[in-house]
Amino acid sequence: MTLRQLSVRHIETAVQELIKESAYKLPADYLAAMRAAEEREASKTGRIMLTTLLDNADYAEVEQIPTCQDTGMAILMLEIGQDVHLVDGNLTDAINAGVRAGYADLRKSVVGDPLERTNTADNAPAIIHTDIVPGNKVTLTLAMKGFGAELMSRMQMFPANGGVEAVKAFVIETIELAGPNACPPVIVGVGLGSSFDGVGLLAKKALMRPLGQPSPKPHLAQLEQELLNSINDLGIGPQGFGGTVTALAVHIESFATHIAALPVAVNLNCSAPRRATVVL
Amino acid sequence: MTITIQLPLTLESIKPLQAGDVFLLTGRLLTARDAAHKRLIAELESGQKPPIDLKDETLYYVGPAPAKLGQPLGPAGPTTSGRMDPFTPQLLKLGVRGLIGKGYRSDRVKQALIEHNAVYFAAVGGAAALLARQITSAEVVAYADLGTEAIRRLEVEDFPVIVVNDCHGGDAYADGRKQFEIIHE
Repeated sequence: MTLRQLSVRHIETAVQELIKESAYKLPADYLAAMRAAEEREASKTGRIMLTTLLDNADYAEVEQIPTCQDTGMAILMLEIGQDVHLVDGNLTDAINAGVRAGYADLRKSVVGDPLERTNTADNAPAIIHTDIVPGNKVTLTLAMKGFGAELMSRMQMFPANGGVEAVKAFVIETIELAGPNACPPVIVGVGLGSSFDGVGLLAKKALMRPLGQPSPKPHLAQLEQELLNSINDLGIGPQGFGGTVTALAVHIESFATHIAALPVAVNLNCSAPRRATVVL
Repeated sequence: MTITIQLPLTLESIKPLQAGDVFLLTGRLLTARDAAHKRLIAELESGQKPPIDLKDETLYYVGPAPAKLGQPLGPAGPTTSGRMDPFTPQLLKLGVRGLIGKGYRSDRVKQALIEHNAVYFAAVGGAAALLARQITSAEVVAYADLGTEAIRRLEVEDFPVIVVNDCHGGDAYADGRKQFEIIHE
């Protein structure tokens, strides 16, 4: 593999473009899942909620306005090929410049300090995760994460022998506590394993997986389906007014963990799951 | 045909409202979310007069997106109401008659709605672009430095809402769920 130079200016532009396209347009796989949900939802009020959200998505795209006023905090996941040499400046600064430009016409939803709480007025900084991978490409994944659903997300360090029952109970309890707050139907990202810091990121990565793709690990694919059924049996329904579609999907990502522990994180996505990926 | 309710609400106009009913709201309301609530209550507790009269007002929990040229406001859907719970009973005591947001309220808020004859509506969370279409004017009336969190006076026309908690103890979230929950023994 030959070493490749990539200007961080390209990354800056890509971030800006991903934000623009995601703010006004929801992912196709999500809209397809919503249309299917509209067909099978048993509650009349629930169906009205789903139709309203689909109409809203259409209207926002036509008018080129944000689907939701909360265009979130920008979360960038980068897979950087080890044969890429990034040039023309600092990567973090370039990403944040892209965020500032991308959010120029969007709501500014970021405060600089969690306790002092002064708005940064430009929606920067982004939350940035990097993985070094083989190859000479950079894969950039953006989530414009709304915090209504983020606020209802939870994590717990269970002891080693908690087993799958502890996982199930914790996921279900999280959905019950979230109820209408997280703008159901939700997408449920579950992280299993790793460490305290790692399990949250696994759950976030689970939310980045397109809908309609079960886990490649058979035991996790089965657990995803089982959890989805249990969640939909809760009856919370679209927007929490009762119904048969409380979640569109459960995605589980796992990693090895220590002999002492079973870390679990549940990250929720709302009715505006804005995400997009580009390969540079 | 959905019934239209005029804002400002009155004691008489909210009494018949039942949890689960769908209405259209037409008239004026005020926006306020986290930062505005915190400042409003801090001012009240230090003995200052609130910057706006809250009698019979409807508060909409929203931090709108910036407006496109020629439009009064950008997308403006509800934010999670529960974060306002610690402040809400005090505001109801001052005469606030209606609340618009999304999500659960605390038992204390639900009790205060009964006590002060007020109503909590939900708008569809995530339908911000469609909801903005029903907003005909917007003007910052207090706390301009808070940006999206400033208090704005909005005029709305046929703004769709569902009654979540009425002033008689009704709860549309609890009722809806009861109807569809499947309990495995």
